[in-house]
Amino acid sequence: MILLNGRESELRPGEPLVRALELLGVERRPRGVAVAVDGEVVPRERWGEYKLRDGQRVEVLTAIQGG
Amino acid sequence: MAQVQPRTASDSGLQIGPLKLRSRLILGSGGFPSLSLLGEAIKASGSELVTVALRRVDPSMPGSVLEVIEAAGAAVLPNTAGCRTAREAVRTARLAREAFGTDLIKLEVIGDEETLLPDGPELLAAAEQLVEEGFTVLPYTTDDPVLGRHLEAVGCAAVMPLGAPIGSGLGIRNPHNILLLREVVSVPLILDAGIGTASDAALALELGCDGVLCASAIARAENPVRMARAIALAIEAGWEARHAGRIPMRTYATASTTFAGLADLGNP
Repeated sequence: MILLNGRESELRPGEPLVRALELLGVERRPRGVAVAVDGEVVPRERWGEYKLRDGQRVEVLTAIQGG
Repeated sequence: MAQVQPRTASDSGLQIGPLKLRSRLILGSGGFPSLSLLGEAIKASGSELVTVALRRVDPSMPGSVLEVIEAAGAAVLPNTAGCRTAREAVRTARLAREAFGTDLIKLEVIGDEETLLPDGPELLAAAEQLVEEGFTVLPYTTDDPVLGRHLEAVGCAAVMPLGAPIGSGLGIRNPHNILLLREVVSVPLILDAGIGTASDAALALELGCDGVLCASAIARAENPVRMARAIALAIEAGWEARHAGRIPMRTYATASTTFAGLADLGNP
C-alpha cells in the first residue's frame, strides 16, 4: 500500500510519482506544489521518472494562508 | 530655511540577506477571513513580503493564496509552522524551496502546544543546517538575547523575537529584552508575534527593531484593511521617532515656558 497525503490511495508500486499529482488534480498547475516521499523532497524534474515502491508515504503539499 | 536632517542609508528600507524591502512590515497571511481581504490588506499595508504555510493539497480548496500575494505585488515568505523538531523544520524548508523557488524561510520550531513558544535548541539546530544549505533564514525566536546572539552566529539573516505569544495581542511584554537584543544582534531585528494594535508596532521600532511581522492583529481585526494601514503608519512613526532622539524620562516636570519675565499680578 502507498499512502497519499496520509490516506490509502490508488497508487500502485511501479507507477511514476506524477500519478499522485494526477490523482489530486494538480499535475497541470504544479506551481507552488512540492512533493515528498518518505519525508524527503523529490524535485519536480524527477516526478515523471520516479517509480513508487510499496509502503512509501507520498505527501503533496501547497501554499495555504498561515504565519 | 529649516535644515532637514539627511536620511541615512538604512532609512530607505529593510535589507534581509539579499532581499531589499522598502516596507518594514512583513505581513502574515494567516487568519484573514477571505483571500480578497488578504489582497486588499497587502495593498493597504504596503508590505512586500507575505508569509504562507505548506499543507497537503486539498482539491476542494478554492483560490490560490500564492496568486493573491503575487497579484498584490508582494513576495512569498514560506514558514515552517507546525514543526516541532529541527528535522521536520528542515524538511519543510526544503519542500518550500521546491514549491516556491525561494531561499527565504521563516523558521518556526514550536516547543509547546499551549503557548506556541519556540523550542530554542531545535530552532538553533535547524537554523544552522538551513544556513549551510544556502537558505536565507528568518528564525521566530524568544526574546532571549543569548539565543538571539547564537542565531546570528550560525548565519541567520534576521532575528525575529516574539513580543508575546502568537495571536495573543498582548503587545511587547518585556521591552527591556528587546533593547538587550538590539544591543547584541546586528542583523535586522524583526518583532514577530504579540502585536495587538498600532501602538505596539510603533513601540517595537522605538525599541530598536528594524521591522515587524504581523498577522493576527491585522487579519483578525474588525476591519483588517484599516488596521493594515494603521500598523504600516505606526511602523513608519516608530522608525522616525527612534531616529529623532527622544527626550529622557524625568520624575518631575520641566517647564516648557520660562519663568523669566513673569508678571507680578498680586499674591493672594
